[in-house]
Amino acid sequence: MDLQGFGHLLVSGTWLTIQLALASLFFGLILGLMGASAKLSDNKLARGIATGYTTLIRGIPELLLVLTIYFGGAQLVMAVASLFGYDEYIEIGPFIAGVAALSIAFGAYATEVFRMALLEIPKGQWESGLACGMSPTKTFFRIILPQVWRLAIPGLGNLFQVLLKDTALVSVVGLNDIVRQSQVAISATKEPFTFFLVAAFIYLALTAIANTVTHMLERASNPVLRGGR
Amino acid sequence: MGWEWEVIFKYFPRLLEGAWLTLELVVISGLIGIALSIPLALLRTSSNNWVRALPFAYIYFFRGTPLLVQIFLVYYGASQFEVIRESILWPVLKEPYWCAIIAFSLNTAAYSAELFRGAIQAIPNGEIEAAESLGMSHALLTRRIILPRMFGIALPGYGNEVILMLKGSALASTITLLDVTGMARTVIARTYTPLEMFLAAGVVYLLMSGIIIALFRYMESRFNRYQSYNPDRDA
Repeated sequence: MDLQGFGHLLVSGTWLTIQLALASLFFGLILGLMGASAKLSDNKLARGIATGYTTLIRGIPELLLVLTIYFGGAQLVMAVASLFGYDEYIEIGPFIAGVAALSIAFGAYATEVFRMALLEIPKGQWESGLACGMSPTKTFFRIILPQVWRLAIPGLGNLFQVLLKDTALVSVVGLNDIVRQSQVAISATKEPFTFFLVAAFIYLALTAIANTVTHMLERASNPVLRGGR
Repeated sequence: MGWEWEVIFKYFPRLLEGAWLTLELVVISGLIGIALSIPLALLRTSSNNWVRALPFAYIYFFRGTPLLVQIFLVYYGASQFEVIRESILWPVLKEPYWCAIIAFSLNTAAYSAELFRGAIQAIPNGEIEAAESLGMSHALLTRRIILPRMFGIALPGYGNEVILMLKGSALASTITLLDVTGMARTVIARTYTPLEMFLAAGVVYLLMSGIIIALFRYMESRFNRYQSYNPDRDA
């Protein structure tokens, strides 16, 4: 296929998409773990906040979330900052806005995945960790999390696939990802079909790679699949 | 932070107008999607490798690429070809409305086909064998046993797919359509109150998904009545 010298644009767009997806994955996982812990905690306020978060975010379109954070995020951050006595103008760049929107969306779904996985861990695992004299935090990171991880990987793999595709939305707010760079190439070449098709196949390759990595992680974390004891 | 409630109240009727278009897009492309996905699902469960390959490639492409790219491929992509621009299809393909419907239908067909395939494979073997032993032809078996059972089994999952379609339909605003998101963006361009209008739009989407969830609960209880049938109580 003739890209008429615009191949490098698509390469840089792909790189941006990958950075965006990985950064959002990182923050989304943290949000998901926090959300799941909040939903399972005894604290009523924490449960209420987490439930509100997942219900709201899972019910609105991702595009709306991206637009809200890009166009309204600065206003929100400034309102919070002024509470702390900071009154300067704050600007949120499109990359930060994109990562924020995508991780908030990912986190809402990951909360449910982690919650189900946490519920699968027998209570005795907690008790034995504490009985060995570990602190609750240590028990969580040493005993519970490694087991939750194994149970959560398939669900998280699906979510990451959705996240990869959702990164396309940030092109709407002007980030130079795959879609946006294709548009730049199209405005010069007048070949929309060619370039959007190439963009589609780049996403296809990315999701295929993500799929393979998920399978590898699944095997690595699961002694039964790996053929161990 | 100055919060302007008046703007929300003043422009809420516009958002409801947008909600109507959103609903139209979801319902029309949902129906076309079902019509496309049933043959796809049936082909996917064929025992012939070659017959299975085509729906597999179709489903793989549409599930592995972003909906936004699919919409752009249809809306902007079609104009690249002289043949299409001069054909009788052009009046349809240059309309953003129809391009959105085409892209949404093709997209949801891929996801629904996977759901329906799973449902077909979940039908207990004994039910198929019973129908075969009664002497039903393959066509009759498909029509009377496989399809109705498939709908019953796939219904809860299909409800999720409709919610995802509702959320995906917001992308119609990227090709100038005035759905809920598109309306909100138009109003914001005039009033510059992004937080207020986008939050109002979010509420409209939440209400719509609430209605869809309730509708599917009702349909499930009607369609899968046998699951809650109690001979003593319902006699």
